[in-house]
Formats: sequence, structure tokens, C-alpha cells
Amino acid sequence: MSEGLTIPIGPQHPSLKEPVSFLITLDGEVVKKAVIELGYNHRGLEKACESRTYIQDLYIIERVCGICSHAHSYAYCRCVEELAGLQTPRRAEYIRGIVGELERLHSHLLWLGVAGHEIGFDTLFMYTWRDRERVLDLLAEIGGNRVNYGINTIGGVRRDLDENICQHILDVMDGLEEQIKYYAELANTEATLIARLAGIGILTRDDVIKYGAVGPVARAAGIMDDVRIVEPYGVFTEIKVNGVTDDHADVYGRTVVRIKEMLESIRLIRLMVKEMPDGPISVRAPRRIPTGEIIIRVEAPRGEDVHYLRSNGTDKPDRVRVRAPSEANWHGMKHMLEGFHFADVPIIIAAIDPCYSCTDRAIMLRSDKGDTVTDWESLRRTGIERYKKMGIDPSKIRMRTSGV
Amino acid sequence: MKKIKKIFIPGKIVARAITSAFKKPATIKYPKSKPDIAPGYRGRLIYSPTNCIDCMMCMRDCPTGAITIKNLGTKENKEMHAYLNIGRCIFCCQCVDTCPKKCLSFSQDIMLSKLNRDNLTIEL
Repeated sequence: MSEGLTIPIGPQHPSLKEPVSFLITLDGEVVKKAVIELGYNHRGLEKACESRTYIQDLYIIERVCGICSHAHSYAYCRCVEELAGLQTPRRAEYIRGIVGELERLHSHLLWLGVAGHEIGFDTLFMYTWRDRERVLDLLAEIGGNRVNYGINTIGGVRRDLDENICQHILDVMDGLEEQIKYYAELANTEATLIARLAGIGILTRDDVIKYGAVGPVARAAGIMDDVRIVEPYGVFTEIKVNGVTDDHADVYGRTVVRIKEMLESIRLIRLMVKEMPDGPISVRAPRRIPTGEIIIRVEAPRGEDVHYLRSNGTDKPDRVRVRAPSEANWHGMKHMLEGFHFADVPIIIAAIDPCYSCTDRAIMLRSDKGDTVTDWESLRRTGIERYKKMGIDPSKIRMRTSGV
Repeated sequence: MKKIKKIFIPGKIVARAITSAFKKPATIKYPKSKPDIAPGYRGRLIYSPTNCIDCMMCMRDCPTGAITIKNLGTKENKEMHAYLNIGRCIFCCQCVDTCPKKCLSFSQDIMLSKLNRDNLTIEL
């Protein structure tokens, strides 16, 4: 029996425009074995957070992910607020809720476009990305930037919503609802879309539990793991979310779940804008955070986002750990790919809505040969010595220089 | 496999194509016409030195170390200057929130590109 043909995919943008490498072994047209190599995008975010103050960390945490920027900063702010014992105003929670749901809309619209592009349905790509622009313009108006809105701060939000913006949000929602209903109809009736997506990348209910998948991947297999429902936080303690699940357990199921979630998001945004209370938008936060440790879960567009924070009583965190939703979904990817056609590989990868830069964290592999744990200072010293041998002297480089 | 309820007829797309043909294009001729910037968009900072007390809180809170406040005069006769490295600035405007005397604000100026790296540091 032959060994099969091994094809490397990546690390230059396989299916999505971020680096990851796949080694796919084929048996004819069918994927026999898949090996996933992550780690091309490690940025040392957690270490960077530990060497900066809590306020500076807000903007690093916001840049963990390009799409879920609000979810990450919200989870981080909640960690700090819980440790400091701050009670955020209700209006701030409503504004956070509105921005969070707008973010979910723009993330799912982006995904729907990418999925359309992967299966050669570029009209859908153009349509959804046009609609996404309207959401991004709205977010730029609310927060001041298209992607890194910077709406969250420790103790509340940085900007208030006035009547004009609220009216604009409602107007955009009216237009979007019509469009998303059209996409829902498309997903139900378009024969080519169903034929292309149904029955591939299957991850059944048992497999989801086994591999610990989260978000729309789990919900497409019938498991309700929406943190807004199972562990309500912020505004969702007052406003109930109608969860969306599906029983297809394949790429088609994930598409249906995301489209229905967008309709639910629109309902939630309308409700939150209508019921938003008056009052202050933030409370004063201390610079030094009391000692303690905490784990907070927030529902990002891609699934459950877990943040761990440990404080030692200073103005800098002792440890920050970010478990982005994509990180949980990678474990089942090998199982999802094996047994399906090679042509389906891009859409199966895209179906978990992967974010590679979210995923990469430092991992220490220890063998039995007596490996040692290196601390930060000796690691830096080793690096400087290595460059000195190459004729470069980096020891004079100041780690953090000011602008002038 | 999901059963197909009905065959989708692309009639809507034809109607959309006709209406879109008479609409203004969504794109603009970029360098010639200015893009629409939302009123609250965070762009280049504005500094008014009159109230500045040289507390340097903005420098302390800046996530990237982009802003520098310098007193070129004496303690009694202050002559405050602010410098911004626009290559480092991420336009988060935390300095605007931090400033206790509200000396910093932001504009909607986003045309900040320079041809030379040395010119990236500008005086506000």
C-alpha cells in the first residue's frame, strides 16, 4: 500500500491571510492525515502586558485579535474591576453590550464573506463585506476607530452614546436586518451553497466535548455554550439572549448558526438602545490593584474568551493569560479535516473562523534530558551574547524609548 | 444532508443590479477627494500649553511612549512643548483621557504620512 502524497499548505496564508502550516497526506483525493503547525505569529503579548501598567495594557489586550478587540478588552477590564471591587455603572454596561453585539455582527459578516470567497461564491463576499462596512462606520462613530474602538476603560466606558448616534444605530439595523434575512433565505434555499457546505468538516456532539471546541462550532453540534446564557454577565443579566443551536454539526450548521446569531444580535442591539438607562458612564479606578487572581469568561464572536489575571498589589499585573476562542477550536481541526476531500480543506479551516495571532502563545516543551527553565533576564542576556557573536551589539538598545 | 425546499431564483439580484447601476459608487478618488471621517474619529493630537502643569501623566500612561512633554523654559517661566512620534502613536487617545487639565485633545486629521523616518516626530 502506498504512503500517500504529502502536500504542505502554508505558512503563507492558507485559506485566510495569516500564517499557519498544514501538512496534508492524501490518499487519492481524500485527506488521510493532517498535521497542523502553529507558532508563526507569536508576539509575546502576555509578557508585554506584565511589563506595563494596567492602563497601558488595555491597548495591548485590545490588539490580541483584530476582530474581537472589544471582547478581549472587555474581559480584561472585568478582571481588573472585579479585583479592584469596582461597580461599573449600568449605562456603561449597556454601551459595552451594544458595542459587543455590533462587533459580533461585523465578525460574522466578515466570516460569511470569507466563507463565500473560499467556496467560489464571490458575490456573497461582496455583499456581506459591503454590509460590514456600514457596521464598521458605525463603530468608528461610536468609538473613534474602525477596529480598535477603544471604548472600554477600567471602571466603565470612555465615550457616551448621544441621541443622534442611537438613531443612526437603529437606522443601520433596519437596513442590515433586511440584508441578513436575505442571507438566511439564501442559506436555506441556494442549492450550490448547501451542496458545497453540507456534510463536510463534521465535528459531532461527542467530538466537541472530547476536543473542547467552543463558539459556533460547538453550537452547530447542538451544545449551548454561549457564555451570555450559561453565565450571564454585564448587561446580559438584565437582557436575556435567545441562544442559537443547530444539529447539522458540519460547516453548513456553522453557517446557519452564525446567520441566526446575527439576527439575534440585531434584536439585542435594538432592545439595548431602547432600554439604555441614564447616568454616569464610568467610575474612578485606582492605579494600584489589590492582590488577587481571577478568571473571567466573555462571549467573543468566535466563542468563549477566557482571561486570567494575577495581581501583586502594584500598578502592573503579575501574570496575564489570554485563552482566545480560536485556541480551543484548533484541537478538533485534525479530526475535522481527516476523511474529507482535499478541495474542502480551505473551507473546513475557515469554518472555525480561525484567528492565528490570537492563538500563538509561548509553550515550553520539557524533555527528560534535564532541561532548565530560563527566566526573563537570563533569556535577554543569552540573546545579547548571541548577537554579539554575530558582530551586532544590541545591549545599548533601550527597551522602551520615548518619542524624542 | 439538508433537503432543498425550493430552487432559488436569482430575480432579486437582477433588480439589485439595475438599481445599483444608477447609484453613486461607494469608492472615492482618494488623493483628490477627501475621505469621510466620522466626527469622533481619533486622529492627530492637539496640544494647548497654556494650562499644562508638566505633570507628565500623559507620558506615563502612553502605551507606546509616543508623546513627550518638555519644559524648555525655567520652573517659573514655563515654556511647554509637546512632541509626538507619529510612527509610534496608535491614536488610542489615552493621553487625552488622562490629562488632568484637559490640555490635550484630538482632531480628525489622519493625513500624517511622511517620506522620511526622521520627520515622524512632530511638534504638537
